[in-house]
Amino acid sequence: MPDQVASRATGRGFGRVLVFVYGILAFAASGRATFELTTKFTDAPFPYSLSILAAVIYVVATWAIATSRRTIAVAAVGFELTGVLAVGLSSLVWTSKFPQASVWSDFGSGYGWVPLVLPVVGLWWLLRGSHDPVVDPAETR
Amino acid sequence: MSALQAVLSVLCGIGILWLAVLIVRDLRPGNSALALLAVIEVGLVVQLVIGLVRVFGNHTGVSAAVYVAYLVGALLVLPIGVVWSSAERNRNGTAVLLIAVLVVPVLFLRLHDIWSAHA
Repeated sequence: MPDQVASRATGRGFGRVLVFVYGILAFAASGRATFELTTKFTDAPFPYSLSILAAVIYVVATWAIATSRRTIAVAAVGFELTGVLAVGLSSLVWTSKFPQASVWSDFGSGYGWVPLVLPVVGLWWLLRGSHDPVVDPAETR
Repeated sequence: MSALQAVLSVLCGIGILWLAVLIVRDLRPGNSALALLAVIEVGLVVQLVIGLVRVFGNHTGVSAAVYVAYLVGALLVLPIGVVWSSAERNRNGTAVLLIAVLVVPVLFLRLHDIWSAHA
């Protein structure tokens, strides 16, 4: 049983890198959403709402991966991938709906396309099976 | 970009290359690599002080809250990276440090954008 628990840890090994990147994005997106919400929300409610949604998703994904809640993590990261693709495409097609950019506009190009690459890497990590690096508890690699 | 930020960006570039080499060769960062991060962090503290004087002194419509948030964020990313990587003494831990160092110049660019958008 302890082996099973250890092998399902999503926040260790490469997962630790993933959690760090998600944490940075969660911090950045939350800060951005808070700023937009408190200072200029009525200017462009639609993209700014999407920024809030993105921030919530990043916070949930960071927490779920860090604490090995795999199902929630897959849901959050899957939603994130759908979101960045849908919003990215919409922001190119219906430019009038996006007078201001949101986090996921243009497929996250404002964040170096990290929002587009990250969910793909995240899903790969979460769905790649249970032979995780924690199988060997000793500090090898 | 200020002279301090330019110097720190160069140091970050050296740090990124250094950590990348360590990851490729599967080595852990030693005291000298951590000392480089410490020097960068000291520079970021100086940047915070300069930035605070700048934003509250010669205020030209720059959003002080956003500017200060980025200054503080730049200050936090390396210490959090070091703590977060310390539990993972392998390539992954080193990769966390590399990403932390990578974020610092990105924050410089954002600070520059925020300042020049209003000044």
